Amino acid sequence: MFKKDSITASPKQKLKSSIQRSLRTSLLTTFPLLTPYIDEVLPKKSSLEQMKLPDRVSLYVIEGQPIFYNQDNGVPVPHLKLVHRFPQAFPTIRIDRGAIRFVLSGATLMAPGLTSAGGRLPIPTVREGEPVAEGVANEGVDAEGHWSRELEKGEPVVVMAEGKEEACAVGLLVAGTKEVKEKGKGPVIEEAHFLGDGLWRLNVD
Amino acid sequence: MAEPVHVGRHVIYCGVCTLPPEYCEYGGTVNKCQQWLEKNHPDLYQRIWSPEALEAATASLSLEAKERAAKDAKKKAAKAEAAEQKNADRLANSVVTIKRIERNKRKYVTSVLGLEAFGLELKKVAKDFGKKFATGSSVTKTPSGGEEIVVQGDVSDEIEEFLLEKYKEIPEDNIELVEDKKKKGNAA
Ligand SMILES: [Zn+2]
Repeated sequence: MFKKDSITASPKQKLKSSIQRSLRTSLLTTFPLLTPYIDEVLPKKSSLEQMKLPDRVSLYVIEGQPIFYNQDNGVPVPHLKLVHRFPQAFPTIRIDRGAIRFVLSGATLMAPGLTSAGGRLPIPTVREGEPVAEGVANEGVDAEGHWSRELEKGEPVVVMAEGKEEACAVGLLVAGTKEVKEKGKGPVIEEAHFLGDGLWRLNVD
Repeated sequence: MAEPVHVGRHVIYCGVCTLPPEYCEYGGTVNKCQQWLEKNHPDLYQRIWSPEALEAATASLSLEAKERAAKDAKKKAAKAEAAEQKNADRLANSVVTIKRIERNKRKYVTSVLGLEAFGLELKKVAKDFGKKFATGSSVTKTPSGGEEIVVQGDVSDEIEEFLLEKYKEIPEDNIELVEDKKKKGNAA
């Protein structure tokens, strides 16, 4: 989506407080794990601003920091700089070392980069039928890098990389993680936001 | 009142390619990135580029994959070099025009054109001018669709001096001072 080195953006525009509130809610509904940090992510004293990008994408910025974007007012996807600040707040999968350079050149993320030895897909640790605690705050990543819940098609997911500390991409799943494991082939994320892409390089100050 | 506790991490980004330094290897400016990191964050440099760290990083790749990655890196470096050269050429041919314009009798404004070619943010520079010269300074649209900074008063020389001092990326030869005398039928 942001493959071009430089993308054009409309000037920042302050949002009505009712819209700011609903965006805050949508962010927390999508990422409940962000709840403890929300006042740091969206400081109450500052207002959220919108920048319109190509392809009907909106980027939301606060205090000069990019927070998240969405397309057609759809699911919020965190900007990688937000992911780097609060990595614990977003579900992850991991690609093997060999796949990194493809993802960083804007290629569609394919299943084999995740199913190989260096890749990581979720291993559910809450057994089916077991009640899930309220607030769904009991998910997370294990020591080996497996997320504790299968992720659904359409969910935003952060892409970690073998041997690296920081996330390298983020995007919407075009296949659920269970299906990715079963099939072992096909696209997993199309149109990701990745390190060094036009969104990464966009000046939001 | 106590400041709220901040728990968000502060990640260091490469001063050359802007990525987290562990990803510098995928850009086309690895050598420059390494120099920057060694100088600015020597500990992080050791963690990423020490022989042991490199050994560990490539141990899992097959020989073929290593060769492919090396070839890829070479291609990227060549591309980055070409882009840099192109950028340098473009900058060499970019001109900043500082124009004294007579608005009314003895009343002047100074317009500054072309700063964006040197990667400067016009709004920020306009603010700096305003502070520095204690006068009105704003970004306005030009008839040709671009943008210029308009400063109240005749401060052409001061602006030139300020630019040369603060923004070393603009060569002195690339700044021109012109005067726009008010006359009838003034063609822009
Ligand atoms: Zn770098």
